[in-house]
Amino acid sequence: MAARPPSTPADGAHLHPPAAPAAAGVAPLVRPRPWAEREWMTLLRRLVRRRTALFGLLVVLVVMLAAAAAPLVAPFDPLEQDIGQRLREPGWQDAQGRVHALGTDHLGRDILSRIIFGSRIALLVGLAAVVISGVLGMIIGLVAGYFGGRMDDFLMRLADVQLAFPFILLAIAVIGVLGPSLRNIIIVIGVSSWVVYARVVRGEVLSIREREYVHAAVALGSRHWRVLVTHVLPNTFTPWLVVATLDMARVIVIESALSFLGLGVQPPTPTWGGMLADGRVYLSTAWWLATFPGLAILITVLGINLFGDGLRDTLDPRLKV
Amino acid sequence: MKSYLLRRLWQSLLVLFGVSVVVFLILHLTGDPAALLLPPDATAEDIAKFRTAMGFDDPVAVQYLRFLKGAVRGDFGESLRHGEPAMALVVERLPATFQLAGAGLLIALCLAIPAGIVSAVRRNTAVDYVSTVVALLGQAMPTFWLGIMLILVFSVRLNWLPSSGRGGLEHLILPAITLGLFTTARITRLTRSGMLEVLGQDYIRTARAKGVGEPPVVWKHALKNASIPIVTIVGIELGTLLGGSVITETIFAWPGVGRLSVQAIFNRDYPVVQSAVFLLASTFVIVNFLVDIVYTYLDPRIRYR
Repeated sequence: MAARPPSTPADGAHLHPPAAPAAAGVAPLVRPRPWAEREWMTLLRRLVRRRTALFGLLVVLVVMLAAAAAPLVAPFDPLEQDIGQRLREPGWQDAQGRVHALGTDHLGRDILSRIIFGSRIALLVGLAAVVISGVLGMIIGLVAGYFGGRMDDFLMRLADVQLAFPFILLAIAVIGVLGPSLRNIIIVIGVSSWVVYARVVRGEVLSIREREYVHAAVALGSRHWRVLVTHVLPNTFTPWLVVATLDMARVIVIESALSFLGLGVQPPTPTWGGMLADGRVYLSTAWWLATFPGLAILITVLGINLFGDGLRDTLDPRLKV
Repeated sequence: MKSYLLRRLWQSLLVLFGVSVVVFLILHLTGDPAALLLPPDATAEDIAKFRTAMGFDDPVAVQYLRFLKGAVRGDFGESLRHGEPAMALVVERLPATFQLAGAGLLIALCLAIPAGIVSAVRRNTAVDYVSTVVALLGQAMPTFWLGIMLILVFSVRLNWLPSSGRGGLEHLILPAITLGLFTTARITRLTRSGMLEVLGQDYIRTARAKGVGEPPVVWKHALKNASIPIVTIVGIELGTLLGGSVITETIFAWPGVGRLSVQAIFNRDYPVVQSAVFLLASTFVIVNFLVDIVYTYLDPRIRYR
């Protein structure tokens, strides 16, 4: 890991959680992980100081909040159809005085509400697929980097095979066979996105496994899996986190592309890609149908990318992803 | 040098072998390829008969060897919908896809490399900021949305360019921009960071110190060294372009392999899907092998690895 950041006493003092030192006036003999905390706080402050990363973080938080509180935030029921109010322009006010801020679609459903609910599918698929591919890639990268030799050769050829396929084409072929459902989409994207993680983790492991503390652990008789889990894995976590953050943006675009092609989560569940596909039909008469869901994807992905870039520059500037 | 290329050739063959296994497995994912290939209203008896006729009762290894024997000859069976050899259908559409991907790549390179260089040389100026913002937006913009917005503005509103089909140059413009923007954004950022890194090297200072003018320093000394990662990413971006063609072709009704595959998936025409996946993946492997050969000329250090 990088050298610990120098900290002045004044700097450190206000960083501690107030509860710990103030505990009934008795100073604890060992403070619980003070260094780790201080390090995280320093990183957080450095991250916040980058304005673009802060902006990205805010965007991500807003989208997450909207997804979590969708029923509370959305002005309308996203599935409620009203044929009398179809294809209304953004800002349209209905008879009861309720405003459709982004207009209504071809079935009279409120577009803003559908975008808010659509964020649930996007984030759910994004998170779940990133967890699957991240864990898979972490394991493969650890094994390939640590054991090397034939195992490494085999796993890296496997990575080449995976990369040879145009991602979307393989995904739609497999989902076409298995049938489109939330579960299948998550599994297909998750299982086929491990390569970036594996490569980055493997690269880290190659240098970590030659460090003294790893040699020391092996010399003391630790089993390989123990060395891997307790000594190697924690040191690959930072680059892994950066890759996972940036990959989430990619997964969200892929999910919406699948929905756009009709191979995503099926209607009537609102998805950004599905809304875009619907809107495409009405492009010449109602531009807002296709425009706003796309903007939602653009803003979310931009936010994640900016946050991820900031995270990378703060945690591990050498990392190239 | 020779042994390096031989090793790369061997690796490429291994990867092609792996590709064939995956393409074979696509049909066997549900466990019953016969039910998958027949129309949904087929009776159980029909399915059983078809299964025996196609040899789906044989051990998987035997089936795979049979598949491989066909695959090396380009035989993936007949299209269930068109009744023609599936591979022939795909190969027929290949020029259209290559034209589109080539145009996308050309746009990307023509825009991205100058933009990246200028960004790096004029770091932290307005030019740099504009190019960085455009690149960030380009990376965050979904292909299909960009395509639809371009149609909305240039076809529906302004009526300048056609929104679908293949024909003259005017048909190519919108799809090529749509397909190329993500790659443009990526190469711009890569060129910028590569140039910044190289421009800080000692040999650049040496070149400047001995009186080399600024243009040759940038275009000769720096660009040549910064071009190595760019060449690598061009090979990888080809995969992005071929994959992106699936969506771009669907939006613009471009008669290429991508649109054919999407139609084939909805028609449950799996021999065509398998041929398309195999052909595009093989193209990617072959191009990357060629990129590696170019690489050894650009970076002599590799020959001694």
